[in-house]
Amino acid sequence: MERAVDIDTIRTMARHMRLDIVDMISKAGSGHPGGSLSSADIVAALYFGVMNHDPQRPQWPERDRFVLSKGHAAPLLYSALANAGYFDRDHLNTLRQLGSILQGHPDSKKVPGVEVSTGSLGQGLSIANGIALGLRAAGSASTVYCLMGDGELQEGQVWEAAMSAAHYKIDNLVAIVDHNGLQIDGACADVMDVGDIEAKFEAFGWVVTGVDGHDIPALVDALARAKSVRSAPAIVVCRTVKGKGVSFMENDADWHGKAPDEEQTACAVTELSCEL
Amino acid sequence: MPKRATREAFGATLIELADEGLDVVAVEADLSKSTTTATFAARYPDHFFNVGIAEQNMVGTAAGLAVAGKVAFTGSFAVFATGRAYDQVRNTVCYSELNVKLAPTHSGITVGPDGGSHQMIEDLALMRVLPGMRVLVPADYRAAQAALRIAATTPGPFYVRLGRAALQDVYDGSASFELGRAYTVREGSDVTLFACGVMVGEALLAADLLAEEGVSAEVVDIMTLKPLDVATVVSSACKTGAVVACEEHSIIGGLGSAIAEVLGEQHPTPFARVGVRDVFGTSGDPAALMEYFGLTARHVAAAARGVIARA
Ligand SMILES: Cc1ncc(C[n+]2csc(CCOP(=O)(O)OP(=O)(O)O)c2C)c(N)n1
Ligand SMILES: [Mg+2]
Repeated sequence: MERAVDIDTIRTMARHMRLDIVDMISKAGSGHPGGSLSSADIVAALYFGVMNHDPQRPQWPERDRFVLSKGHAAPLLYSALANAGYFDRDHLNTLRQLGSILQGHPDSKKVPGVEVSTGSLGQGLSIANGIALGLRAAGSASTVYCLMGDGELQEGQVWEAAMSAAHYKIDNLVAIVDHNGLQIDGACADVMDVGDIEAKFEAFGWVVTGVDGHDIPALVDALARAKSVRSAPAIVVCRTVKGKGVSFMENDADWHGKAPDEEQTACAVTELSCEL
Repeated sequence: MPKRATREAFGATLIELADEGLDVVAVEADLSKSTTTATFAARYPDHFFNVGIAEQNMVGTAAGLAVAGKVAFTGSFAVFATGRAYDQVRNTVCYSELNVKLAPTHSGITVGPDGGSHQMIEDLALMRVLPGMRVLVPADYRAAQAALRIAATTPGPFYVRLGRAALQDVYDGSASFELGRAYTVREGSDVTLFACGVMVGEALLAADLLAEEGVSAEVVDIMTLKPLDVATVVSSACKTGAVVACEEHSIIGGLGSAIAEVLGEQHPTPFARVGVRDVFGTSGDPAALMEYFGLTARHVAAAARGVIARA
């Protein structure tokens, strides 16, 4: 069953999620704002439009699956899950604290809605392949979505998985790359050039779509087209801005993994709120 | 003296070694700021290679650089440098006995809020079991400088365990260190606290607590976990007759296991382990986690009382 996708809802949720990300990381005193903010529109599109899921039934067999391969964007996933209703929003105030269900990187043993624990980069696509093969064998109509970083593509395992997905013609899988051009040590192109991501996946036998990862209608459209691809794996390469929405974090590798102080948090909240 | 993390010694010592003319190179995997190899990269850009987020490639490249005659250090975090690249470490570095020095940072639970996925508490077990691998666990900044120097100037594979947490100095400027030697940092007669890494400081604090109760604790820093200083371990155990092994690592496979293996064969002694009790780490403030996992001085002191009661 295809549901109508409401672009305004996705846009509004993405803004709320950006506010949550800044607030959570600020309270925690550590975390990864840059890559959480760059993926916010993508994850909002998935959880509040594209994906078929039921927060009241996290284990519903017919749900679509999401694998956050870039596990350091945990605050984004937690905000999406809390806003969707998987758990109480109060948990968001406990990010990274001793005893919290919201670990620095997603722990599937602790958080309803997290399919599998991640945090060690480069492993998500293999896991998504496995889930998709399992679902296909069971005759399921569900789709598996897997979100990776562009720096993450430097892990060899990603390309082992890319080869497998084409070999097994895994078409109930949609891979997504957050192509923000930055990793920890700087620009991906300077640290270890990943080259032409779209051409590489094409060469591996994938159906590739490039899209502006902050243009929500285009994003929704690209994800829908990727889902409808048959007999080959599909990937959506999203051009994004790391730190998107907070001017002083945008396009700055230094905001990959540090928390804003009080003053910076206030600035960020003001910027993000005026968009609401 | 301000507290310093052992990781801070990494980049700084590489620069010193290169300044002294040693043909040292570093291979990093997108964590040069965290590991401090960035400082070495800035000073010796031609001796530094960043392979991106690719730890297997990092270790393999270091292996090749060693084959080409370099003293090759690797960076990254302990969890990825040992876990992700284990087969490269085993089948290439150790099996060929190459001049590769793994010196990853962010070992143990004192990584803190990143959580269990990033808190490596199995690395000593993984590295210790490899034939030919020497394993060093420095207790403070000076010991870390020395450990890196020993690794650089002794041929063959090394593992130097570095950490993120800022630590009080254990040693003053007069200390000197040798491969394969344990250091008695406090003499005592009732119980021996064998410790490595961040636990040396905790063991010293525990010895203070025990002294208040009239218990005389000896504290021995096992800076070289492998090859273990068997003579010092056995003689201290003979002297005190009660032993506690303290490590910021799983109680399985690390320092506790190494001590138990030696004493079990040579001088069975009442023995207790302080370490992470076969569970993964979790998010939290490093100090709170030390308490949560039972690694602080008061837990060491309690373990000491327990073994003394059995002695
Ligand atoms: C296997 C592994 N190596 C290293 C890290 C440390 N790390 C966390 S995030 C990151 C950079 C990620 O860059 P990218 O994939 O581009 O993510 P984004 O820009 O979307 O945040 C690194 C190296 C890790 N989590 N896992
Ligand atoms: Mg990136």
